[in-house]
Amino acid sequence: MSQHPAIEFDGVAYGMGDLSAEFAFERTAGTVTAILGPSGAGKSTLLNLAAGFLAPASGRIILDGRDVVGLAPSERGISMVFQDNNLFAHLDIRTNIGLGLDPELKLDRAAWSQVDKALEHVGLAGFGKRMPGTLSGGERQRVALARAFARRRPLLLLDEPFDGLGPGLAADMLGLMLEIRAEVGATVLMVTHDPDEARAAADEILFIAKGRIAADAPAAGFFERQDLPDLQAYLGSTGGK
Amino acid sequence: MLTRAEHRASRMAGLAALMAIGLALAVPVTVLLSHGGASDLSSSQSNYLVRITRFTLLQAGLSTLLSLVFAVPLARALARRPAFLGRRWLLNLFAVPLGLPPLVAALGLIEVWGRNGVANKGLGLLGAETPFSIYGLSGILLAHVFFNLPLAVRLILPALERLPPEYWKTAANLGMGGFSLFRRVEWPAMRRSAASAAGLVFMLCATSFTLVLVLGGGPAATTLEVAIYQSLRFDFNPGRAVLLSLIQISMTLIVMLALKFIGTPAEAGETKGGGTSRPDVPGGLQILPDVVLIGLGGLFVSAPMAAVIVSGLSADLSRLLTDTLFWRAAGTSLAIGVAAAAVSVLLAAFLVRARYSAGQRPGSPALGLLAGLSGAAGSLTLLVPPVVLGAGWFLLLGGGTGQLLAPLMVIVLINALMALPFVMRVLEPAHQSTLERNGRLAVSLGVVGRHRLRQVDIPAMLPALATGFVFAVALSLGDLGAIALFGSDRIVTLPWLLYQKLGSYRTADAAGLALLLGAITMALMIVAEKLGTRNGSMYR
Repeated sequence: MSQHPAIEFDGVAYGMGDLSAEFAFERTAGTVTAILGPSGAGKSTLLNLAAGFLAPASGRIILDGRDVVGLAPSERGISMVFQDNNLFAHLDIRTNIGLGLDPELKLDRAAWSQVDKALEHVGLAGFGKRMPGTLSGGERQRVALARAFARRRPLLLLDEPFDGLGPGLAADMLGLMLEIRAEVGATVLMVTHDPDEARAAADEILFIAKGRIAADAPAAGFFERQDLPDLQAYLGSTGGK
Repeated sequence: MLTRAEHRASRMAGLAALMAIGLALAVPVTVLLSHGGASDLSSSQSNYLVRITRFTLLQAGLSTLLSLVFAVPLARALARRPAFLGRRWLLNLFAVPLGLPPLVAALGLIEVWGRNGVANKGLGLLGAETPFSIYGLSGILLAHVFFNLPLAVRLILPALERLPPEYWKTAANLGMGGFSLFRRVEWPAMRRSAASAAGLVFMLCATSFTLVLVLGGGPAATTLEVAIYQSLRFDFNPGRAVLLSLIQISMTLIVMLALKFIGTPAEAGETKGGGTSRPDVPGGLQILPDVVLIGLGGLFVSAPMAAVIVSGLSADLSRLLTDTLFWRAAGTSLAIGVAAAAVSVLLAAFLVRARYSAGQRPGSPALGLLAGLSGAAGSLTLLVPPVVLGAGWFLLLGGGTGQLLAPLMVIVLINALMALPFVMRVLEPAHQSTLERNGRLAVSLGVVGRHRLRQVDIPAMLPALATGFVFAVALSLGDLGAIALFGSDRIVTLPWLLYQKLGSYRTADAAGLALLLGAITMALMIVAEKLGTRNGSMYR
C-alpha cells in the first residue's frame, strides 16, 4: 500500500440547488468500489468529475497524491468504459485500441503487438480488422476492456459497462475486468445498478442518494444493513436477498 | 388506410396532377426542341456557347468549393462550442438566406461589399491596393457563398451533433485533440453530409439566375440561365436561347444524376438547441480560434441583411408607400403568389395521396411507376429551371408582350412548379401521419370519400397545408426568374420593380423597396415556420 490514497475526493462540490452534489471519500490502490444509488442521484456525476468531463465548483480531486482539477481528462491517468459507444463505429478494432496507446496513432511495431496482445487477452484474437458494427454488444465491451488493459492507467472508471448484456455474459465480463485490474494494478470505480454485480466484484461500496454519499462501507454485509432508509427504498422488495 | 373507391380516386387525381405537370414541362421543352433545328451553329456562336457553359461550371464549382471550405471549419467550431450565448440565434440567422429573395440579398451585398461599402473601406485601411469588386466573377462567388455557406453549415452540423456523447468523452479520455480528432472522428462524420451539401450547392449555383443577372451579366461573367434571358429579352435570338436551354437541361440532368449517386442531403437544421457537451475541447485561451471563426461567419451572413435594413430605413419609405406603382406591383405579386401557392398545394396534395395509395400495394409495376413518378415530380421541376421553362412558353406566346392573361398564367405556373418540391416535403409527413393515426378509425366508422376528406384528412393536415401554402407564396413573392422574361409595363411585380429601380440607379428607392420585399417574405417565412412547428407538435 502506497502512502497516498489512489483517489481522494476532498470536499468536491458540483452544481447548484436541487441538482447540487457534494462528494468526499478516498480509496486505496487496487480496490474495487461499486457506486450504487437511485437514478439521478449523481453516480455518473461523480464519475464524470473524476474523469474530468465535469469541473467541480470547489474542492480537490487527488489522484495518487496529485490534485488533478484543471488537468485535461487525458492527463489524469484514467481509462474509462461506458455502457455503449465506447468504440468509434467507423474505425476498425485495432485502430480503436491503438488510439488508446497514442491519440495520434503513431505506433511502432511493439505498440501494435501490444494492441494484438490486449485483444488476445479478452478472447478476441484476430478481430483487429473487423468493424465495431460486426461485433456483438458483449464483444464490443470486451474491446473496450482490451483498450483499458492496453492503456494500463492506474484508475479505471466504469459507467454501467455490463448493463444490458444478460446475466451470464455480464458475469464473464466482470471476471475479465477483475483479471485486468489485477494485472494492471488499477483502482476501480464502477457505477452499477445491479447489487449482484457489486456483491460479486466490489471490495467497497459508495451508496449515493440525492447528490450525497449516503454510505461509504465495505461490500461484505452491506446489502443486509437495515440502518439506511435510502438503501431499503432503493432495493425495494428484492432487497436483502 | 383507404377504401377501394378512395384508392381509385387518389390514383386518378395523382395521374391528373402528373399529366398537368408533364404538360407544363413538355410543352415548353417541345417548343424549344422544334425551334432548335432552325439555328445554324457558326463557329463564333459555338465559341460563345462553350464560353458560357464553361463559365457556368467554373463559377458553380468555385462557389461550391469556397462555400464548403468555409462551412466545414465553421460547422466544426459550432459543434465544439455547444452552449454559448446566442448560438441558437446564430443558427436561426443561418436559415434566413435560404428564404431571402436573391435580389434583396444582392442589394445588401452591394451595400457591404460594393465600391463604397464597409468591406472595401476596411480593406483599404488594411492597405489593399485594388478594391474588391462586387461585380463579375468575384461578386458572383461572394453572393453564392453568402447563400450557400450557411446552408452547408446547417446541413453539416447535425452530422457532428448526432454523434454519441461517449465519442467526445472517449476522445477526451484518450487525449485525441486537434488534427487527430478531425481526421479520425469529425471528418468521417461530416464527410457524407459535406458531399451531399456540395452536390446541392453546385446545383443551386449552376442554376442561379438572379444573382448572376445583377452581379455578373457582362459578356465575361454570364451563365447559361442569364444568357437565355438575354437572348430572348434583348437580342431576340430564339435559336441561341434554345441551344443554351438544351445545354442547361443536359447539365442539370447530369448534376442531378450525380446527386442521386452521392445521396440526398439530410434535412437541414434540426440541430438540438444546445448540442452535446464537449469535454474534449479545451477552454481558456484556446477558444479563440473558434470564437473568431464563429464571429466572422456570423458577421459575414448578418452584415448584408443589416445593410438592407439600415439603407432601407434611411430611404424615403413614406414616398414609396404612397406610390401607386408600388401598390400595383404588390397587388400583382400577391395575386400571383396566392394563385401559384394554390396550384402548388393542390398538385402536391394529389401527388402525395397518390404516392401513398400506390405505395400500399408494393407488387404492382404500374402502381410502382405511379408512386415513383409522383415522388419524382418534385425534382423533375428542378431539372428544367424556371428561366428555361419560361423560355419555351415565351417562344410559344410569341414574346408575350402585349398580352396579359397568358403571361400571368405562365408566371403562376412556373412559380407553382418551383415551390412544388418544398410543398411536397411539408405535406408528405403530415399526410402519412394522419392516415396512420386516423385511417383505420375513419374506415371502421364509414367516414370515407369526400366526408373523410372534409371531416378528417383536411382538418388534420390543415397546419401542413397552411405551411406549404404560405411558404409557396413567399417563394413566389421573391422570384425574379419567371417575371424577368414576361415583365412589362403592364405586368409589374415587386422583384421586377426592384430590378428596374436598380437598373436605373434609383438606389434610394431600391433600398426602400428591398427592405419592404425582404420584410414581407421574411414575415411569411416566419409564419410558415410557426405553423410548421405547431403542425409538428400536433402529431406528437
